[in-house]
Amino acid sequence: MPAIPLSKAPQPAATDPAQIRNFCIIAHIDHGKSTLADRMLQITEVVEARTMRAQDLDRMDIERERGITIKSQAVRLPWRSGKDGKDYILNMIDTPGHVDFTYEVSRSLAACEGAILLVDCAQGIEAQTLANLYLAMENNLQIIPVLNKIDLPAAQPDKFAAELAKLIGCEPDDCLRVSGKTGDGVLELLDQIVEQIPPPTGDAKAPTRALIFDSVYDTYRGVVTYVRVVDGKLSPRDTIQMVSTGIKHELLEIGAISPEPTPSKGLGVGEVGYLITGVKDVRQSRVGDTVTLFSNPTPKPLAGYKDPKPMVFSGLFPIDGADFPLLRDALDRLRLNDAALVYEPESSAALGFGFRCGFLGLLHMEIVRERLEREAGLNLISTAPNVVYKVELEDGKEVVVTNPSEFPSGKVASVKEPIVKATILSPSEFIGSIMELCQDRRGVLLGMDYLSEDRVEIRYDLPLAEIVFDFFDQLKSRTRGYASLDYEEKGDQEGNLVKVDILLQGETVDAFSAIVHRDKAYAYGVMMTGKLRELIPRQQFEVPVQAAIGSKIIARENIRAMRKDVLAKCYGGDITRKRKLLEKQKEGKKRMKMVGRVEVPQEAFVAALATDADIEKIKAAREK
Amino acid sequence: MLSFYVHIPYCIKRCGYCDFNTYAPNEVAKDSSFIDSLMAEVSFAARTQSSQVPTIFFGGGTPSLMSADELGRVIDLIKQRWELTADCEITMEANPDSLKNIASYREIGVNRLSIGMQSADPKVLKVLDRTHNPDNVEKVITEARDAGFENISVDLIYGVPGETLAQWESTVKTALGYGLNHLSAYSLIVEPNTKLANQISRGEISKPDDDLAAEMYLAVEELATGKNLDWYELSNWGEPAKHNLVYWRNENWWGLGPGAHSHLDGVRWWNVKHPSTYKAKLDSFESPMHDREILTADQIRDETIMLQLRLREGLDLSKLPESKINVLDKFGDEIVIKDNRAVLTLKGRLLADRIVRELVL
Repeated sequence: MPAIPLSKAPQPAATDPAQIRNFCIIAHIDHGKSTLADRMLQITEVVEARTMRAQDLDRMDIERERGITIKSQAVRLPWRSGKDGKDYILNMIDTPGHVDFTYEVSRSLAACEGAILLVDCAQGIEAQTLANLYLAMENNLQIIPVLNKIDLPAAQPDKFAAELAKLIGCEPDDCLRVSGKTGDGVLELLDQIVEQIPPPTGDAKAPTRALIFDSVYDTYRGVVTYVRVVDGKLSPRDTIQMVSTGIKHELLEIGAISPEPTPSKGLGVGEVGYLITGVKDVRQSRVGDTVTLFSNPTPKPLAGYKDPKPMVFSGLFPIDGADFPLLRDALDRLRLNDAALVYEPESSAALGFGFRCGFLGLLHMEIVRERLEREAGLNLISTAPNVVYKVELEDGKEVVVTNPSEFPSGKVASVKEPIVKATILSPSEFIGSIMELCQDRRGVLLGMDYLSEDRVEIRYDLPLAEIVFDFFDQLKSRTRGYASLDYEEKGDQEGNLVKVDILLQGETVDAFSAIVHRDKAYAYGVMMTGKLRELIPRQQFEVPVQAAIGSKIIARENIRAMRKDVLAKCYGGDITRKRKLLEKQKEGKKRMKMVGRVEVPQEAFVAALATDADIEKIKAAREK
Repeated sequence: MLSFYVHIPYCIKRCGYCDFNTYAPNEVAKDSSFIDSLMAEVSFAARTQSSQVPTIFFGGGTPSLMSADELGRVIDLIKQRWELTADCEITMEANPDSLKNIASYREIGVNRLSIGMQSADPKVLKVLDRTHNPDNVEKVITEARDAGFENISVDLIYGVPGETLAQWESTVKTALGYGLNHLSAYSLIVEPNTKLANQISRGEISKPDDDLAAEMYLAVEELATGKNLDWYELSNWGEPAKHNLVYWRNENWWGLGPGAHSHLDGVRWWNVKHPSTYKAKLDSFESPMHDREILTADQIRDETIMLQLRLREGLDLSKLPESKINVLDKFGDEIVIKDNRAVLTLKGRLLADRIVRELVL
């Protein structure tokens, strides 16, 4: 019986590092990471089978629905090896699985000595998994290749074993074959973790250093900080200090999770657990930071700390202007648990009051928006996402632009935009259409490698701005959903970029301004003016809708003057009906926004900015 | 002064565009006691202070489905209780197919006919789901003249899906060729839940085109004016119908019959809609009123603006709040000021509702 009762297992603060194995699981969305993790919890008897919820490690609803892990956690699993019969502690550190959270992934990896590379043997490795694998290899982690879902009829374990072997540089036979669903091979995997992954090394006598690899806000307990102790130790009631901010905190609680947070006598070298200090904002407990003791601080913080840097910006506006305070409160709440979210109030002539928000990437943006809508019951409209531009003026001054309306109108010497290195994995039959898409999005081909006979890895430099606008959707539709994408920042690069304004009867409508490549300015102008012509009701006079770069008009549509606006008949003296109609129209007029002399219904702005998915949501909300 | 509107809620069949309070035989059978109910309602009206009656209007529905005898009983009762003015206008709406024994109506005192012609074009009539034979219009008008009717009007509808400008001009010329002294032309309004609205939503019939309707309005204006029928209200040309003016000038009238609307000194009310509920109320000596509203000063002001602006005599500017006077400047092409009244230009007539919205907000 390889499981050990918790009470008899080695205890936190009293476990020899030689008995510890810290590992994470690198896997693509829906390749079965959570199911495997659940199976491990069950086999080690940390969770009894009957109390187990599906996917115990993922907590938030959205994660559960989308099968994405956003917030990582760590679980302490006691295990008696089937090989040597000795007792071990396996710390399983869950990692986020998406491109926007690369930094968080890198910190989770830094807390481990080994990683399970988990691949669905019906699908093969995906781009983000590959990116995370490379990250793990750079961190010198011991990789255990594992093929999952061997119970599936469509499984091709031999094919993907060969692919993994080639990527890692091992033999195909070294790939373990498991089924998280049936439990097949999981026992062996646990023993292999003990055998292959090296124990942590650290100096128990040195000043304490612990790596923060996650921090989560909990309504009842405040911020829960997850740490991996590298040197020294942490004990209850220690006064700790965060190296990056210098702020000190009292340790109110320290412990390990198996699977519920359980206070302990402390955490020693190589151990993984949680800290509670009573702070209320995850910004005071930053991922990647080093925790040390105030009484004996380390002179050498752990390497690799970075401030989260928003890459994508968008304006979020409540569709009902009266919801602005609700939106503000909801953002304030969300911020407690999301160190990467930044926002400031913004007002738009077209959309009223809202917030300019900065996100790590597109998925982060979608998740934030969805949580605001779901948890605060808000109906939101977001402006088209844009990246951060660095505009150099002819007088040498540099302006950082996160909102097209801030784009300087004076003489611009150059505009720089962020570039990313994108990796796309796809069946080779789609190479042509992928290259066409990347070319169209101003991509520069870096290289291409075959992972196996019919699977290829394509690398491109692409402007981030081209990715934030429907690139992923396009990629999916051109490859029937088979391609996967990963990207990492690669600095800034000068681009031939211009700001396109949209004018209604000569007045700029701020919400529709966009910074685009000069070659695409015309297409944007034609698309937006055409949309607005359809959406804005006819006025008593003709309304030109123009797209302009500076003072140069590049596209134009006309909303013809309304010629007839009169109801001819009065029904048998039913003046009441006529007056009530008028009263209703008066109400409608109050909801109109004025752009110069032009009356524009709020719905027209919303519809012009909305994606197809937004339109569905708005319709659904109306039906309610 | 107190005018009367008398609602006859019966039709041979319901036309596709119609959402009036009227019933085809398969919905509600014509009830021989209906006239008794109308007469019972007259006794409620008799309690008002007014002494003279300047107009009576039989509308519907299809009043020509009632015999002259039946309508004559209502007129006689009104005459018993009030004094008709010397030039009292008594109008009856008529369907060209169902109008029989025209002379008999003249004999009971009806002196004006309003004939539901709608169009001279069979294809247009088909879209409107009208059943009458367009040739009957001329026949009925000739007979009416022979019976001594001098005031004859026809109702036309324009902007019908599929109708061309040429078809419309031809309809107007046909109507004007009858030598009328009054013409009404209404643009088709697709009312929700009508057969026509359903046909449009299913894509069987195209939507009316507002720009074309504007052209059609300009055409009827030009043709009618050419026959010396000048506009006096947005949709009406020729010798002003006094009853029509009662509505637009917000004077007093009593609406008799199911669903009929009334106005008396700032109070509006309307009757229960269904003929059998209407009858039941009156049979038990109850008022058939369904609901009423007492107009506030603001509502009276808004209604005055809304109604007076439709007339050629225009809106009395003293009725317009001070703060709205400068709004008129926005409508330099749409409004002219004459004798301290705002009068719509031809362009303004087409935009009357928009102008009213600006003036009341």
